[in-house]
Amino acid sequence: MATFEPVLTRNWGLPDSHTLRVYESRGGYQAARKALASDPDSIVATVKESELRGRGGAGFPTGLKWTFLPKDRKETFMCINGDESEPATFNNRIIMEKDPHMFLEGILISCFATKASVAYIYLRFEYINAYRILERAIAEARAAGHLGKNIYGSGFDLEIYLHRGAGAYICGEETGLIESLEGKRGWPRIKPPFPAIEGAFRKPTVVNNVETLLCVPHIIERGASWFKSIGVPKSYGPKLYTVSGHVNKQVCVELPLGVTTRQLIDEHAGGVWKGRKAKGAVPGGISMGLLSADELDVPLDFESLRGPGCLGLGTAAVTVMDDQTSIVDYLYNTARFFAHESCGQCTPCREGTGWMYKMIKRIRSGGGRIEDLDILKNMADNLGIIPGTTICGLADGAAWPFKNAIAKYRGELEDYIRTHQSPGARVTALQENIAHGISAGDGTSLPRADLPPTVIPASAVALRNPRPEPA
Amino acid sequence: MANEPKLLSEAMREEIRALFPRYPSKRAVTLPALHMVQERFRCVPYRAMAEIAEVLEITPAEVHDTMSFYGFFPQAPIGDVRVWVCRSLSCMLRGGDELLEHACHRLGIEPGQTTPDGKLTVEFAECLGICDHAPAALADDGRVYGPLDEATVNAMLDELKAGRKDEVVTSS
Ligand SMILES: Cc1cc2nc3c(=O)[nH]c(=O)nc-3n(C[C@H](O)[C@H](O)[C@H](O)COP(=O)(O)O)c2cc1C
Ligand code: SF4
Ligand code: FES
Repeated sequence: MATFEPVLTRNWGLPDSHTLRVYESRGGYQAARKALASDPDSIVATVKESELRGRGGAGFPTGLKWTFLPKDRKETFMCINGDESEPATFNNRIIMEKDPHMFLEGILISCFATKASVAYIYLRFEYINAYRILERAIAEARAAGHLGKNIYGSGFDLEIYLHRGAGAYICGEETGLIESLEGKRGWPRIKPPFPAIEGAFRKPTVVNNVETLLCVPHIIERGASWFKSIGVPKSYGPKLYTVSGHVNKQVCVELPLGVTTRQLIDEHAGGVWKGRKAKGAVPGGISMGLLSADELDVPLDFESLRGPGCLGLGTAAVTVMDDQTSIVDYLYNTARFFAHESCGQCTPCREGTGWMYKMIKRIRSGGGRIEDLDILKNMADNLGIIPGTTICGLADGAAWPFKNAIAKYRGELEDYIRTHQSPGARVTALQENIAHGISAGDGTSLPRADLPPTVIPASAVALRNPRPEPA
Repeated sequence: MANEPKLLSEAMREEIRALFPRYPSKRAVTLPALHMVQERFRCVPYRAMAEIAEVLEITPAEVHDTMSFYGFFPQAPIGDVRVWVCRSLSCMLRGGDELLEHACHRLGIEPGQTTPDGKLTVEFAECLGICDHAPAALADDGRVYGPLDEATVNAMLDELKAGRKDEVVTSS
């Protein structure tokens, strides 16, 4: 591979990289001038040709998404997804803090291409410094004529507004984001209609990730074929990978798409900490599942991660776990996250994430049964938009860690259950009966060999249900 | 209610109305208005919700519906500084859960509570997007802490108890 020249991060090391002065001294806003002197359709065509795929998690081709906007639309909204809440992901934050103007230039070109004259940056509340830096950068860009009316004399107008979230992961889902922007609870919408047809304020809307739009000025400046010369087939361009967890140096690095987890750990993150070995790694945010120690040479691109059974590249946020990590702790953590963040709209997700969390908590505290692993696998297989039981992909993200861990670490999980038994944590016979239903009264329908069935007397059932029988 | 003094001053109402031109609907100003109230009063009491509704020309129930969805707006005042300790994967792997416990133990409070002197509220959070600092914590004035251990948590708590520092930080 030819030597790789980082472009997205090229200004990060400079003092005052967040100022317009520094950005302009590095050739900033030249791509926007070039773009605004051409026509929107040719920009869309160039982005489409570059095969840029969305960096927010789903990897959808950006140019193609833009072509879904109705031709005869009168108004378009751009929403930039800066909710960045997928655990272990922090590249959007660094972009906005270190080089807000490159980001704004990306927005400007993308809005021109999609004919959006209002853009909302939906920013998670916790990005307090990024908020302040962006506020300042927008004011600077406006004063210098990069935003506002009739930009560069092209007749194109653009206003960019910052809209702050309030600590909800689900507002990163594009239609949850739109609902939240409209002032409602962040409940994802049933699709179709997709945002391109009916999005924010019921108007055609583009939702793109921060890093996706950051690529756009470079594509305009250097051309689609330059972009396609970087990376691997179907996954082109530079990518910001983040590495955290059990490594010596937790970092965000720009590399061509398709590097491996092992390269990231060894060449960029200073190796696994404390001289230990990696037991596994999360490839792209916890929703994507888990790579085992023998799968660390799988390229981290949009296609290859399906080989080892992961959901995808996600946000390319790698979390490394050393060989002393318990898979039970990992599952406990992911289940706790999704149970906390489910928006509660779909029953399988609301109940399923809560139930999985309770089960793994019980296993962790010494009340596990081997068959719990089968129950958990069964639940994981039936949860999400892939099996078609939920509105959004949060549920798939909740399922994937369980799917992968049970497939790849079943032995360890079984060992844990066998060696961690504490009587107080076990499922009681009464709970079993409630869970499996009470029948005939002779206990025969309860297939629990190891636990004596509790037969609930009819009188007790009557007491709990005091409504008189209709005559 | 008609004769009660208003919670939201005319200046605050003006500040809220000033955002109307940004959006095609007034309801879209709900979250910004909630943030303004939260920043001013360190909580969003029911009366403030009703008054936001008045300014936005929507019902109090609509404001409440939105407000209660986000576990973000307490209805009674929190401390001068709010600090979130991350408990998500990258932080947990490096001791985040234990550090939250340690912080609360040192202050004699539970996660989600405020110190009796009203200076500091400690909450758990899911990934704060500062995993390069894991195990990490974030104060609501923008200060980032981490990688933390027990000693640096102690130092952090002392620093935060000294008060807010709302200033632009250019990188972290
Ligand atoms: C539960 C959930 C959370 C998401 N969170 C984010 C997020 O924080 N940031 C983001 O850019 N995309 C997030 N996405 C993906 C968005 O729905 C959407 O695909 C993306 O913003 C589109 O932009 P892109 O094509 O530029 O990637 C999330 C998706 C789901 C299902
Ligand atoms: S899948 Fe879960 S998070 Fe997504 S809409 Fe349904 S309940 Fe909400
Ligand atoms: S996992 Fe703690 S800040 Fe991201």
